[in-house]
Amino acid sequence: MSYAWHWEVLLQPAASGDTTYLGWMLAGFETTVALSLAAWLMALLLGGMVGVLRTVPGRLWSGLAAAYVELFRNVPLLVQLFSWYFVLPELLPPAWGDAYKQTNPFLQQFFAACVCLGFFTSARVAEQVRSGIDSLPRGQKNAGLALGFTLAQTYRYVMLPMALRLIVPPLTSEFLNVFKNSAVASTIGLLELAAQGRQLVDYTAQPFESFIAVTLLYMLINVFVMAGMRWVERKTRVPGYIGGK
Amino acid sequence: MGYDFDWSSIPGALPFLWEGMKITLDITATAIAVGIVWGTLLAMMRLSSLTPLSWLAAGYVNLFRSIPLVMVLLWFFLIVPRLLESVLGLAPGSDVRLASAMVGFALFESAYYAEIIRAGIQSVPKGQVAAAYALGMSYGQAMRLVVLPQAFRNMVPLLLTQAIILFQDTSLVYVSALADFFGAAYKVGDRDGRIVELLLFAGAVYFVICYSASLLVRYFRKRVGA
Amino acid sequence: MISIRGVSKHYGSFQVLTDCSTEVNKGEVIVVCGPSGSGKSTLIKCVNGLEPFQQGEIVVNGISVGDPKTNLPRLRAHVGMVFQHFELFPHMSIAANLTVAQEKVLGRPRDEALERGLKLLDRVGLKAHAHKHPGELSGGQQQRVAIARALAMDPICMLFDEPTSALDPEMINEVLDVMVELAQEGMTMMVVTHEMGFARKVAHRVVFMDQGRIVEDAAKEAFFATPRSERAQQFLAKILHH
Repeated sequence: MSYAWHWEVLLQPAASGDTTYLGWMLAGFETTVALSLAAWLMALLLGGMVGVLRTVPGRLWSGLAAAYVELFRNVPLLVQLFSWYFVLPELLPPAWGDAYKQTNPFLQQFFAACVCLGFFTSARVAEQVRSGIDSLPRGQKNAGLALGFTLAQTYRYVMLPMALRLIVPPLTSEFLNVFKNSAVASTIGLLELAAQGRQLVDYTAQPFESFIAVTLLYMLINVFVMAGMRWVERKTRVPGYIGGK
Repeated sequence: MGYDFDWSSIPGALPFLWEGMKITLDITATAIAVGIVWGTLLAMMRLSSLTPLSWLAAGYVNLFRSIPLVMVLLWFFLIVPRLLESVLGLAPGSDVRLASAMVGFALFESAYYAEIIRAGIQSVPKGQVAAAYALGMSYGQAMRLVVLPQAFRNMVPLLLTQAIILFQDTSLVYVSALADFFGAAYKVGDRDGRIVELLLFAGAVYFVICYSASLLVRYFRKRVGA
Repeated sequence: MISIRGVSKHYGSFQVLTDCSTEVNKGEVIVVCGPSGSGKSTLIKCVNGLEPFQQGEIVVNGISVGDPKTNLPRLRAHVGMVFQHFELFPHMSIAANLTVAQEKVLGRPRDEALERGLKLLDRVGLKAHAHKHPGELSGGQQQRVAIARALAMDPICMLFDEPTSALDPEMINEVLDVMVELAQEGMTMMVVTHEMGFARKVAHRVVFMDQGRIVEDAAKEAFFATPRSERAQQFLAKILHH
């Protein structure tokens, strides 16, 4: 297999005229990072709430929370994304749907991708939060209640702080997954990193250079996220507490 | 709500959708079979005392696990046709998208299976290996007869869960316009101007299959007691 | 102070408590003992409403625990409880363990809470450990902190749920010493324990439970001298052989 390498192509001015092809790629990189961080924030908040609901006494709330988790876990990400992007605007009241369709396409795509990734990931975060809470010794809840805390205070001061510390390692891999899953947004035309990679192939006809560069950027994200989460893990370590129960 | 649902394009499209589902299942089955075999080998390499072997396996696993699946698929749609052309002398332009997808998924999933299997092997107490050696078994025998059977027993739920994820992920072959179940549904919806109905239908089918499978996993988990 | 009248509890078809009645008067120390599975831990958890019960009534300081209108958090804030597995909060320093409920439940200002907490920590002989985390202390030390944590809320009575049974033998006495001192100061205490030495020393009455029933409820002297039921005799014989 003979292939003519032309790495310098990345530094040539791009078809848009205002930057180089490398510039395109970095713009995609920024979109990927912004999208993933926004979706992660949403997933943490939603997933935290749903995870807590799964553990509270009373069938109704925990049942609803369980249904939420099953819904977002058992439909492929791509189907969910297309549903947010193509289906939702049709089902909204016509005025809303039209308003949505008239906004800037980039914003539409970004919004759909962010909401999709947020909900998708929140179901996984919720499962981690639940298992974290379940893995606490049962007596912790009783100890909180026995001191006169309300159930909400017991969660707030006793159970959640410890459960969240316990689940930092599994959350790390969910955080990494958000970045990886964000590449699916390329299918609705959002020009994030993977989409820019494909676009570069079309424009430069040098597929390997652009794919290698994109792949390296994803690996770079990985390294940063892992280092960041390791820092979080160190910061939240509980002295004298040996993992597990 | 201002939308008028019209489900009439689905019944006629069922045979076409079924063809798509067969592709989805083909890819899933291939990736599971290859993934478990190659994943087991990778896991054993990773745990091997030969440093180069273990580094090689670690590199493979970490590489695949740090790239988005979409990117992996794009890579394989790019490379596999070229390889086939130059190695097998296949005519350029012949449709190898299905083969590319299968290879891509199999190699990608192997990395994930390898990690599950490695954890499974490590969950078998060291004393079991010692006992096997004490009985005169070789490394291969100890693995095959003692360690792996116990490891797989513990791993069944995780392996099945991963298979459900894989089944969902096959929809991403959409990036190569291959008509798997999702691709077929999308094409029908696009043709008839009924994207909304077809997407909801596809979502419902995926949900029913995956949710049933996850109930099965829960049943296994109870039986294994893990 | 604590009045338990005809309390029964079941999980589904499994009867855990059957028609239990007893009283703990102000300043009294009651030891509850019995074989494992006799329901003694469940009974003491009913007293502050950690376990619900289906029949009967428990009144603590004039407030009915089973009444759905009762503000349980407010009641529990003044009923101290010490657990078998200490249940200190592992993510907080010892000082924070002692102050968090004072601040968030009683609404005490931080410095007042800290002062009160440290005073009690000093009392259980652990003042030097205030900055540490629970995981860095021994079991006996953790349980003494747990007692101090409960005392910091100025409880009107204290519940002890097998406070020494998760401890290594050499640590049991340091915890019992604190409890004896507390009893001698006149604290109202309900103590689930197998430590008959403790019962002999400070208990006013002993309640013996078996299979969810209160089999014997007698003054300490009477209980040890002439236990009426055969089960209690067997139990005492077994305990003494340990």
